[in-house]
Amino acid sequence: MQNFWKNALQWLDERLGLNELYQNLLDRPEPLGNWWNTLGSASLFLFLLQVATGIFLTVYYNPSPDHAYDSIQYIMNEVAFGWLIRGIHHWGASLMVLVVIIHMLRTFVTASYKYPRELTWLVGVGLLLLTLGMGFTGYLLPWHQMAYWATTVGTQIAGSVPFIGEFILRALRGGPDLSALTLQRFFAAHIWILPALMFALIGLHLYLIIKHGESHFPDKED
Amino acid sequence: MSGSNRFSRRDFIKVTTGAIGGIIAAGVGIPSIGYLLAPALRQDQAGKSVVVANLSDIPIGIPYPFSFTITRINGWERTANVFGGFILRKSEDPQDLLVLSSRCTHLSCRVNWDEQAGGFLCPCHDAMFDKEGKVVHGPPPEPLGHFEYEIDDAGNITIIPIERKGE
Repeated sequence: MQNFWKNALQWLDERLGLNELYQNLLDRPEPLGNWWNTLGSASLFLFLLQVATGIFLTVYYNPSPDHAYDSIQYIMNEVAFGWLIRGIHHWGASLMVLVVIIHMLRTFVTASYKYPRELTWLVGVGLLLLTLGMGFTGYLLPWHQMAYWATTVGTQIAGSVPFIGEFILRALRGGPDLSALTLQRFFAAHIWILPALMFALIGLHLYLIIKHGESHFPDKED
Repeated sequence: MSGSNRFSRRDFIKVTTGAIGGIIAAGVGIPSIGYLLAPALRQDQAGKSVVVANLSDIPIGIPYPFSFTITRINGWERTANVFGGFILRKSEDPQDLLVLSSRCTHLSCRVNWDEQAGGFLCPCHDAMFDKEGKVVHGPPPEPLGHFEYEIDDAGNITIIPIERKGE
């Protein structure tokens, strides 16, 4: 029996290159580091947790002004473990922003953004902005007073850009006012557009990290 | 690991990572199952009884249609569904009644009384039930369901809106 599994695994490995994948992804050599080096993995973990809990939330959430608030009340009070799923998504969002920013600061302080990792840094900046975008769009979805006014203010700030501000404001809100269209497009951005971009950039970010390996801490020579 | 008592640092990290990852996955995964299934596991409340007709309006021997609305709260919304049926007075005796549901026992379409055919016809798959709800032909596996009823002194017929299996 043991032989059977061994053979099956080998059969798969020859065709999928599982061992190679495992070596490259999870068992690659690392320079001497410390806990600060784990923040990228922590960000990835939080992202996946947000994806999972976010998918679950869409099972009950309804992005319309009539029902958004009620559907969240329903999730919190009626659905089994709804409070847990939403709680993880809510706190995970704040934590992810925090972890991503500290991750960026660590990269900056240890000068890990230098040759040949400039693109990794640039992609990372894109990911930081997308994370903030997720926070901004997700904040409106509960459609309570705080969400409504925060987004009123937030879009108004975007509207203060010279010359094209008015256009940006209208594009964000889907019109001059905060409305059902705003909620719907923020929802679309939050669950489709931004996550799709994030998946793509995370893929690129990871590819670059695996390709170049992780940078060692600078020493006196550097 | 196997065969040797020595447990290396690398193996320790691997096992610990796997274990903690497993705990986190279970911590989110198991509640998620309950989360997804919660509305399916909810118990339906027994419906309040409704007055559907008055005895004096019902002819003897001809099925008399009635309908009633039940409002349920589903999630964050009230949903009103219309249900219907037919009351058959088999004889002059006010207690000799049959209150049939109009829900076809095949795939839940609504049957209609057809005077010419002398039976209930289902528009979906050409089934036919007789006056008392028994299957004449077509795919339905069992007779039409019925409702339990009460009649007060004024002749008002009250039903409990839970369908019982036809006999």
